[in-house]
Amino acid sequence: MPFIPHTPADIRAMLAAIGASDLDALFDEIPPALRVGQLPALPEALNELQIGRLMEARAADWPRPACFLGAGAYEHHIPAAVWEIVGRGEFYSAYTPYQPEASQGTLQVLYEYQSMMAGLTGVAVSNASLYDGASALAEALLMAVRANRKSKSKRILVPRASHPLYRRTARAIVHNQGIELVEVPYDPAGGHTPVEALAPHAGQDFAALVIAQPNFFGVLEEVDALTDWTHRNGALAVAAVNPTALAILKPPGEWGETGADIVCGDGQPLGSPLASGGPYFGFLCCRQELVRQMPGRLVGRTVDLDGKPGFTLTLQAREQHIRRSKATSNICTNQGLMVTAATLYLSLLGPGGLEQVAATCHANTRALVDLLTRVPGVSRAFDRPVFHETVLKLPHPAGEVLDKLLARGVLGGLDLSAEYPELGDALLICATETKDEADLRRYAAALAEAV
Amino acid sequence: MSSIIPADLRYTESHEWARAGDDGTVLVGITDHAQRLLGDLVFVEIPEVGRVLTAAEACAVVESVKAASDVYSPLDGVIVEVNEALADNPELINQDPYGEGWIFRIKTTSTLDGLLDAAAYEAVAAADDEDEDTGTLANPKLVD
Repeated sequence: MPFIPHTPADIRAMLAAIGASDLDALFDEIPPALRVGQLPALPEALNELQIGRLMEARAADWPRPACFLGAGAYEHHIPAAVWEIVGRGEFYSAYTPYQPEASQGTLQVLYEYQSMMAGLTGVAVSNASLYDGASALAEALLMAVRANRKSKSKRILVPRASHPLYRRTARAIVHNQGIELVEVPYDPAGGHTPVEALAPHAGQDFAALVIAQPNFFGVLEEVDALTDWTHRNGALAVAAVNPTALAILKPPGEWGETGADIVCGDGQPLGSPLASGGPYFGFLCCRQELVRQMPGRLVGRTVDLDGKPGFTLTLQAREQHIRRSKATSNICTNQGLMVTAATLYLSLLGPGGLEQVAATCHANTRALVDLLTRVPGVSRAFDRPVFHETVLKLPHPAGEVLDKLLARGVLGGLDLSAEYPELGDALLICATETKDEADLRRYAAALAEAV
Repeated sequence: MSSIIPADLRYTESHEWARAGDDGTVLVGITDHAQRLLGDLVFVEIPEVGRVLTAAEACAVVESVKAASDVYSPLDGVIVEVNEALADNPELINQDPYGEGWIFRIKTTSTLDGLLDAAAYEAVAAADDEDEDTGTLANPKLVD
């Protein structure tokens, strides 16, 4: 049933009131070439029983391989309590739950989330989340251009070793605002972005440098040196980080002499399951001085008329419903449910638990690399330290190897040939805390057969 | 209570005041009427010295507990000085809009002749009072 309350009579009355002939007339400013029209490729609708049977059949076809694929979304253990609590009606069914008189519980969850993210990233402020990591990076770049009033150039340095899909998404969002993303090469031996790679840009006018930690290859960047170089050149340091890694790495707020200015990333590792690409959530944090350039919802703690503590949206003059076209962003929502899961996930694990997860991921990845590089023809592509992902060189094209691995029940990683052809037959692998020694050995045995 | 509109200043329809100095510079702020509409100011984004402006260009932002508004340059010119005190004390604009609450000083070759005089601005402010709902965003609706 359509959830539209208007009857045909209502619609006719409304059209008559505004002098429009029919509903299509309301859309006539959209050029016909851009209208979808019919969708002949879509099959007939199925009923609930039919769709259930179809999905069961498809699930049975999928071998549920052991997952060693990361590349931006990671398989982590999520305590059962997380989604049990998120599924409560108070959280699950609330829409635009921002009215302080009706939503103290939800607002407090968002406030706790913001406090945890500020603690994890080491900067003063977190917003209540954005859609995903890639669009959070785009918002971080727009924010950097607004905030860096010394820079007139609208140029931003972006390492080639940062996530290719983040770079593509960011470019799609910012290029119509005249912002230019300039690629910085990585070191072919280390897989990192050395300060020397930035030398050609020293003294130039640019608004910001993106620093990915770890970078797309899993490699740890020299974040202190990169941050200080950025600040010496009058630019803002935008950190794009994995939140799990922050449990064992230096928080961006402490990078270099004065810390990163803006911190963004994807929150999926904190309680969101892998689900065909989403929904996930993006996080965005910053130094206190930049808060008025930050987009998105912000919840603050305050007192009511009787002096009792309470929570409410704050600094709303940044936002669309107040500043209209001059708002910091058209984002005026957050990923409430995923953020509720992240808050519960972080609460249940605690700092020690998250550190244990991160350390186990790192140890498993090291152990996996040890096993896999014993297979003849397989070697590490880069020699620098990594968090929980790394690049392997293979003796055959990665796509072919991955197909053979999948036939043996192993989802082996990401073929890098499309994004990084210069690396040759290269594979990005990841082992999280969900893997045990038997899983790692299973991968090694499958790889030995596959190459 | 009606707002204060000094007779020796010039004004814009967007509620800035301008005071010509002896040295070819003009001091700019927002009017008493404007600060009353905005309410308690919590933040002022001041422009940078050296910025070149054309008349009616937005160059500063005043933010109160209920709204944020752009401040427009009344004239063509170059910003030669800004009121740094507003960074820590935005309420200076509420307390003394024509004095301590000035926002920036521009060097200009234009005269103030094209701007409103006090009587003309009083009419603008009076019309604004009658139509207050369109001028403020005191009660925004939250949307998702």
